Amino acid sequence: MSAVATRPASVAGRSSRKPARKPRGPIVWLREHIIQILAFFAFVYLLLPNVVVIIFSFNEPRGRYNLTFEQFSLNAWLHPCGAPGICSSVGLSLRIGFLATLFATLLGTMIAFALVRHRFPGRSSSNLLIFMPMATPEVVMGSSLLTLFVGPLHVIPLGFQTILIAHIMFCISFVVVTVKARLAGLDPRLEEAAMDLYANEWETLRRITLPLVAPGIAAAALLSFSLSFDDYIITSFNASPATQTFPMYVWGASTRGTPVQINVIGTIMFFVSLACVGVAQYVAFRRSRARAS
Amino acid sequence: MALAGAEATIEPASEPVEPERKRRLRLTPYLLLLPGIAWLAIFFVWPMFTLAKTSLSSQDLAGDYVFSWHFQTYKDAFSLYHSQFVRSFIYAAIATASALAISFPLAYTIAFKSGKWKNLLLVLVIAPFFTSFLIRTLAWQTILADNGIVSKIFNDLGLYNVLKALHLVQSDQLLNTPFAVISGLTYNFLPFMTLPLYASLEKIDLRLLEAGADLYGSPWTTFRKVTWPLSLPGVVAGTLLTFIPAAGDYINSKLLGNVNTTMIGQVIDGQFLRVLDYPTASALSFSLMLAILIIVIIYIRRAGTEELV
Repeated sequence: MSAVATRPASVAGRSSRKPARKPRGPIVWLREHIIQILAFFAFVYLLLPNVVVIIFSFNEPRGRYNLTFEQFSLNAWLHPCGAPGICSSVGLSLRIGFLATLFATLLGTMIAFALVRHRFPGRSSSNLLIFMPMATPEVVMGSSLLTLFVGPLHVIPLGFQTILIAHIMFCISFVVVTVKARLAGLDPRLEEAAMDLYANEWETLRRITLPLVAPGIAAAALLSFSLSFDDYIITSFNASPATQTFPMYVWGASTRGTPVQINVIGTIMFFVSLACVGVAQYVAFRRSRARAS
Repeated sequence: MALAGAEATIEPASEPVEPERKRRLRLTPYLLLLPGIAWLAIFFVWPMFTLAKTSLSSQDLAGDYVFSWHFQTYKDAFSLYHSQFVRSFIYAAIATASALAISFPLAYTIAFKSGKWKNLLLVLVIAPFFTSFLIRTLAWQTILADNGIVSKIFNDLGLYNVLKALHLVQSDQLLNTPFAVISGLTYNFLPFMTLPLYASLEKIDLRLLEAGADLYGSPWTTFRKVTWPLSLPGVVAGTLLTFIPAAGDYINSKLLGNVNTTMIGQVIDGQFLRVLDYPTASALSFSLMLAILIIVIIYIRRAGTEELV
């Protein structure tokens, strides 16, 4: 970590356009690199909890809480479902995450296309409606949905369906913003060229627009999934005792006693996400290479 | 009611004498919008109305809640919970300011000093999100524990006295204090500050900064006159994205605080899910929404930034 944060600083220092200077005292070096040093500490602050989560997945705590490191153990890694209820909660979160991502990505991408590619009356009020959920605290969204589901819409029982509805709702806005950014950066002349070459609207969409927007849609889907998988506050307002998602399991565990398996799942999540980002970066790299050659 | 309003805006203006293809083109945006906008209208706008309605309801003799313009609930709720309200906004404001102070060198380094490491550093900024935030907040319990390394460093540096003077801790303990809650809030929403800040810093033409130096501006003057004004759109977006969720959050105050750090979200959660006093809970929730809306509107007016989304 330290190597990562401080290396670029020295690289930038060497490649500056001023001629090479004689090495000077450490105080001068500190003063010249103060911003990078502060950035390094910011990274420590940001990443320390992740490191702690990983280290404590190898712990064998004495009490019910996994708070102090006692003894190295692979126990939790060998029995990830050893804590009662933990794996079924992960399963539920995965199911809700997949379904919420599917619907939110579809609905949000359609909205993004309408907003970027068309001018129409009601466009700015649509923009406002999409912005609002992102500017509303989760506790307000969760509690207002609860008043809907115990009030006028009480035909829908609290549980799987209400959680899914809520997750689709708060993911849509983030999908719209992400896909919009990608779509706005596209050269509309590419689509016009396809039309000029006698492609109809559907063919243009399928063979030109969608492949070019795909990275934005993929990013939006990944974002939706992680938002849904990680949500506690809104979910807690719209769940039933029978539908316990993984964040709800962790919340309950924070008062009952935290099994080490929580850290194992957290660590797996961390490396799976890292791998996803790595693959995405690699694909982007290959694509830019292919275009250049 | 909410539905009717939303449908009025999506109703297409139909003009009968038009070629068929052109009319289809005019309808396309509305057809694309309809499912998503309807979803938001039903499950975001409508609940705001049911929330307002519940907050003005009172119990009848049978024990059911009926709508009765019962404004007394708001008065009672405020006299009971105004301190939690004020505390939420103070904590959120301090956390937002801290996040800005921490994010600026971070975003600056990534934008201007990172060279080929830029993508890696950006991934590191969002890396915390890869693990569930509840698990990470629990990890702060370990980090700030009484005999932990952070507590020791604070002791050695004499920082406890500073924190005590600021009323952020009471004794030589970090966990379960206002300090821990604000640190947790700052930490949890830091990437929301860093990323917009980075986005607006990255757009700055480096030659402007060089020009500042060439015109004998000290680094501080260049920052004040060039870098800071040009980064303002990112600052505005970042502060909003940090302040709004921080003001409504109750995970940090519950896991890292004590009974005297309760924030308004915690009260709303308790009233709804344990006390089952729906009118009081709705009144608090609706007030929180209004308060944040007012703060955001004033702030955007003052900062003078239109383009946010």
